[in-house]
Amino acid sequence: MLINTGEVMAKKEETKKNGRDGIGRVFGSRTKALEMEIDQYLSYIDQSALLLGEALKQYFAGDTQRFEEKSAEVDEAERKADELRRNITHRIYSEMLIPDSRGDVLGLIETTDNVADVAKKVASHFGIEKPEIYPFLKEDFEELVDTSIKAAQELTLAVRAFFRELYRVSEHLDKVHFWEHQADQIEDRLKRKAFESPEIKEFSKRVHMRYFAERISLLADEAEGVAERLSISVIKRSI
Amino acid sequence: MELGGLIFLTSGLYMGWSLGANDAANIFGTAVGTRMVQFRTAAIISAVFITLGAVISGGGAAHGLGALGAVNALPGSFTVSLCAAFTVMWMTKAGLPVSTTQAIVGAIVGWNLFSGYPTDQEALTRIMTTWVTGPILGASISFLMYFAVRFILNKLSLHLIQLDRYTRNALLLAGAFGAYSLGANNMANVVGVFVEASPFRDLSLFGFTFTGTQQLFMIGGLAAGLGVATYSKRVMMTVGSNLFKLSPVTAFVVIFSTAAVLFLFASEGLADAMQSVGLPSFPLVPVSQSQAAVGSIIGIGLAKGGRNLNLKLLGNIVLGWVATPTVAATISYVALFIMQNVFMQQVYM
Repeated sequence: MLINTGEVMAKKEETKKNGRDGIGRVFGSRTKALEMEIDQYLSYIDQSALLLGEALKQYFAGDTQRFEEKSAEVDEAERKADELRRNITHRIYSEMLIPDSRGDVLGLIETTDNVADVAKKVASHFGIEKPEIYPFLKEDFEELVDTSIKAAQELTLAVRAFFRELYRVSEHLDKVHFWEHQADQIEDRLKRKAFESPEIKEFSKRVHMRYFAERISLLADEAEGVAERLSISVIKRSI
Repeated sequence: MELGGLIFLTSGLYMGWSLGANDAANIFGTAVGTRMVQFRTAAIISAVFITLGAVISGGGAAHGLGALGAVNALPGSFTVSLCAAFTVMWMTKAGLPVSTTQAIVGAIVGWNLFSGYPTDQEALTRIMTTWVTGPILGASISFLMYFAVRFILNKLSLHLIQLDRYTRNALLLAGAFGAYSLGANNMANVVGVFVEASPFRDLSLFGFTFTGTQQLFMIGGLAAGLGVATYSKRVMMTVGSNLFKLSPVTAFVVIFSTAAVLFLFASEGLADAMQSVGLPSFPLVPVSQSQAAVGSIIGIGLAKGGRNLNLKLLGNIVLGWVATPTVAATISYVALFIMQNVFMQQVYM
C-alpha cells in the first residue's frame, strides 16, 4: 500500500513558499539564507522521493497521463535540488563558512543528491520502458516503492537533525537501516516470485521485473549509503 | 635611562617576543588553524589584550615571583632571564616538555644559590604547588564546562551554520580573555626578574601616574605583540592542524578553561574578593599556560569517558616539573659565574 502523499506534498509546498519568501524578506543575514537554502534543498530531495511514489502509484493504476505529469514533477524537483546544491556549495566556499566541517557538509549535500537522481531515473525508466507489471506482483511493487520512500524520508530527517539536533540523528539512521533492510527483503521476494511463477512466460520479462525491482530498491540503497557517511560525520561533530 | 640598561633588557624582550610567538599562538591556534578566525584578527586581539593584561593585572603574579628571589642588579636580571629563555629554547629543540614558568623559577633559584640569598621556602612551595594545582584546576574547569556546553547546545538546537557563527564569536571572546590572562599571569615570567632592578622611573601624565613597573610590563606586552606579529602564524598553523585535533567548540572550552586558570592565579581583585568573604584565595604566581592547557584537554578526555586519554601527556607534565627548573637553575648558576668573573658585571647587590 502506498503512503498518502497528498497532504504531505501540500505542506511541503507551503514550506517551500514560506521559505523562499522568508529568505529575502525576514532574514537579511547571509548565514540565515544559507540555512534556508539547506532546508529547502532537503525538501526537494524529500519531494523527489514522494513524487516518485505518486507517479508510480498512477503507473500501477494504469493512468499514464497522470504518471507522466508526476514524472515531470520528479524531474523538476531534482533540477531544483541540483540548482540549490550548486548555490550552497558556492556560498559555503565563497563566504568561508563552517571551515571545520565544510568537507563533511559538502560531501553530505552531494551524496544526498544521489537520492533525487535515483528517483528521477526510476521515473524516467518507467516512462521509457513501460514495463508490464503483472497483477500478482503489483502489491509487492507498491510495497517496495512505499518502503524505499520511507528510507529516503528518514534519511532527509536524519540530515536535518545533523544540522540542528545532533543527538537525534541516530534514531533516524536506525530507521533508514531498518527500511533499507525491509526493501531488500521485498526486492528479493519480488524477484523470486517473478522467476518462479509460471504466469510470466518470457525470460526477458522476468529480467525486466528484476531490473525494476532493483531500480526502485536503489532508492533505499542510496539512502543507506548516505546514512553510513552521516554516522561518521556525527562522531566528528559531537563535541 | 642609560644605554646599558636597555641592553640588559634585551633578554626580557626576547622572553616577551617568545611569549607572543608561542604562548599567544596556543590561544588562537585551533581557531586560526581551522580557519574559524583570521590570523590578522587573532594577532590584533592577542597583542592588545596581552598588553592590557600585563599593564592592568601583571603586578600580582610578578610580586609572587619576586617573593622567591628579588634579583636586584640589572646584569643579574639579564642573565637570569637569558638563561630561562635559553633553557626553553634548548629543551624545545631537544623535544623535551618545557614551560617558561618553570624555567624562570629554576633560573631565579640559580641566582639565589649563586648570590647566597636564601630561597624563600614558603614562596617556592607556594609556586610549586600551583604547578600541580594548575593542570588539575584546568582539567576540572574543562570537565565541567564540557557538560555545560553540551547541555546548552542540546537545549538550543542551533543550526550548524548558526553554531558556526556563535562559535567564531565565542572563540574571539575566549581568545581575548586568554590573551588578557596570559599577559596578567605570564608577563611576570618575562619582566618579573627586572622589577627590583627596573631602570624605569615613574611618569606622571595628565594627572595619571604610570609607574616604572607598569612601563616595564607595557614594554613586555609590546615585545609579545611583536612576537605575535612576526612569528605566531607558523605556530598557530601547527597547533591548529597537527598537535591536538580539537573541534572548534572543544577548542573554546580548552581556551576558556586555560584562561580561567591563569586568571585565577593572577587577579588581585578576585583574590581580595575571596579573602573578604573568608574564602582561601589563589596565590598570585605565574603558572604554566601549556600545562594548564594540557590539563584542560585531559579534562575533556575524562568527560568523554576516558577513552583516547593520552597518559604520555601526564608523564610530560611531571617530567617538566623536575627537569625544567633543574636545568634552568644549573645554567643560571654557571652563567652568573661567567657574567661576574669573565664580564666583570655585578650580578647581585
